[in-house]
Amino acid sequence: MYQYDQYDQAMVDARVAEFRDQVNRRLAGEMTEDQFKPLRLKNGLYLQLHAYMLRVAVPYGTLNSAQMRMLGDIADKYDRGYGHFTTRQNIQYNWIKLEDAADILADLASVEMHAIQTSGNCIRNTTADQFAGAAADEVEDPRPYAELLRQWSTFHPEFDYLPRKFKIAIIGSDTDRAAMKLHDIGIQIVKNEAGEIGCRFYVGGGMGRTPMIAPVIGDFVPPLQMISYLEACLRVYNRYGRRDNKYKARIKILVHEIGADEYRRQVEEEFAHILTLGLEPPPAELDRIKGYFADPGFETGLSGDIDRSDPDFALWLDQNVHAHKQPGYAIVTISLKPTGGIPGDASADQIRLMADLAKAHSFDELRVTHAQNIVLPHVKKADLYALWQKLDAAGLASANLDLISDIIACPGLDYCSLANARSIPVAQKISERFADLGRQRELGELKLKISGCINACGHHHAGHIGILGVDRKGVENYQLLIGGSEGADTSLGTITGPGFNEDGIVDAVEKATDVYLAQRTDGERFLDTYRRIGMAPFKEAIYG
Amino acid sequence: MVENALRYRDDEPVADPAVTVDAFAEQTNASAVRIEPGDDARILLPHLGRLSLVEVNFPAYTDGRGYSAARILREHGYAGELRAVGDVLLDQLSHMRRCGFDSFAPNQAIDRAAADKALATWPEVYQKTVDGRAAIWAKRHGLA
Repeated sequence: MYQYDQYDQAMVDARVAEFRDQVNRRLAGEMTEDQFKPLRLKNGLYLQLHAYMLRVAVPYGTLNSAQMRMLGDIADKYDRGYGHFTTRQNIQYNWIKLEDAADILADLASVEMHAIQTSGNCIRNTTADQFAGAAADEVEDPRPYAELLRQWSTFHPEFDYLPRKFKIAIIGSDTDRAAMKLHDIGIQIVKNEAGEIGCRFYVGGGMGRTPMIAPVIGDFVPPLQMISYLEACLRVYNRYGRRDNKYKARIKILVHEIGADEYRRQVEEEFAHILTLGLEPPPAELDRIKGYFADPGFETGLSGDIDRSDPDFALWLDQNVHAHKQPGYAIVTISLKPTGGIPGDASADQIRLMADLAKAHSFDELRVTHAQNIVLPHVKKADLYALWQKLDAAGLASANLDLISDIIACPGLDYCSLANARSIPVAQKISERFADLGRQRELGELKLKISGCINACGHHHAGHIGILGVDRKGVENYQLLIGGSEGADTSLGTITGPGFNEDGIVDAVEKATDVYLAQRTDGERFLDTYRRIGMAPFKEAIYG
Repeated sequence: MVENALRYRDDEPVADPAVTVDAFAEQTNASAVRIEPGDDARILLPHLGRLSLVEVNFPAYTDGRGYSAARILREHGYAGELRAVGDVLLDQLSHMRRCGFDSFAPNQAIDRAAADKALATWPEVYQKTVDGRAAIWAKRHGLA
């Protein structure tokens, strides 16, 4: 994976010094909170309900074991012994002191990490397919492009005060594992009929209170013009995105209001101008970065056989292990969704254990997924059983990937100052209601996502089953949505009807699954059945 | 000299008052203009030759349209004074400089020494913009 050179290191070190100075000026009263707020946000520091929260960037979700170990150490040293992996492939700490923030950034910089632009109205940390470089279905590894993008977007002087936050995702295969079309910009690396590589730009997607699926704006941008095209997309947005109303300020609203064709026309015009300026890094720079993402030293001639005699191991194998492009290897997803747990949370000890396992079994690499799990991308099949035993001993062997208890949930009202309702207790109750793994497997792939407010950090619009927490006259109330999806078949969920209280929403979810079990035909997932039979039978079961 | 001004140019400051973009269109002899966030900087492009001062107003520092306006003017060869005015704060100076501003007239005075320190925040830069600094990628590949 990528390693900093002296330039990259100098940039994060300068950032630590800058932020330390800013914090000192704030603590000395030389800056108002209003003036300080955007500066701390651009370093991932939020003021939440009970304390500061620090969001650390995990660029395109990729970590080495030293970095992962540092994340565990920070949880112990500065927080309460745990961290929360997020839907942006980052990690958050919930109990941070302002006085410690610069020291944490310095610790991060010592392992080539940072919290740059993990919040604020700027270009956020780029996300990517968590199986990049390991998946069998990949056209091209998106990580070198994501790293090029990371460097371009870091401290970009023109786009630091955009109308609103800006999120970019990049993938390199037809299977979309990164919810790419629900980003401000989604880039899919594609191959044309002539065998050439290009970047397909989807612009203007997003969730929040006005969910939209991004239309294609640039069908086939040459990879060596990707940065110039991004400059054009962002400049049009920075100049014309709405600033009169923060709820209409995302690029999706601009693209929607002027139309994809007009937005494309403006981008093309800007793009033609920008191409004359020589802003694009040279081909040698992309090649240099690609060098860091060469395959690790895979062994060849390995056996593909796995001893499945332990039934619990076999369940995990079937649910949490994916095919690898290299014979004899597999991709392992470690579920951070134990029954009754907080989705995405891991203790410092668990984080360090995962770091050790990556070092021993996955060529020193880990990934964070947008579904709040951890991936060991390159595990020898012969090592799987030993790995599983170590995970199991640490409470990390939940065999529920993509099942109903593999819930995405935002921090909700337990932590977040924006939330209207708690998300975590609902997730816990649902995972307890469906604790029987056999029952979960019977229900098959079922992506359940919970947001504690309309900002949709828990991706409820894109859940096969989505739950949205709202405030109804001072009481937490939960709306149920059905039919969302975030993959290649991206769709937005529909609200079933009136909302429920905390126990009522768990019952409603169960009734929806009962409808599926009664109505499904062979091979249909929950989502497929819903798409075939529509909302009416679900409504009848839930409200009838 | 404008109150609170910080200039990073050697020439004499322009004495003419800056006119609005609308007034500029009607006054063929005006040499100084002020752009508001909603103005299209491209309107000025045919007239860059007669301009010696462009003020870009930041009514609120969080409104970043002025950064694009500045860069567009520089990208099209504007060489006169480019002044950020209004809610211009210490922590925004270095990005403004990278977008082509070479003078600042903040509402609240900024100490010159603090400004110089802020402008030296970044030892390197990742992007090529209009300030003449070589991007990191250019240095890596011997292009600078």
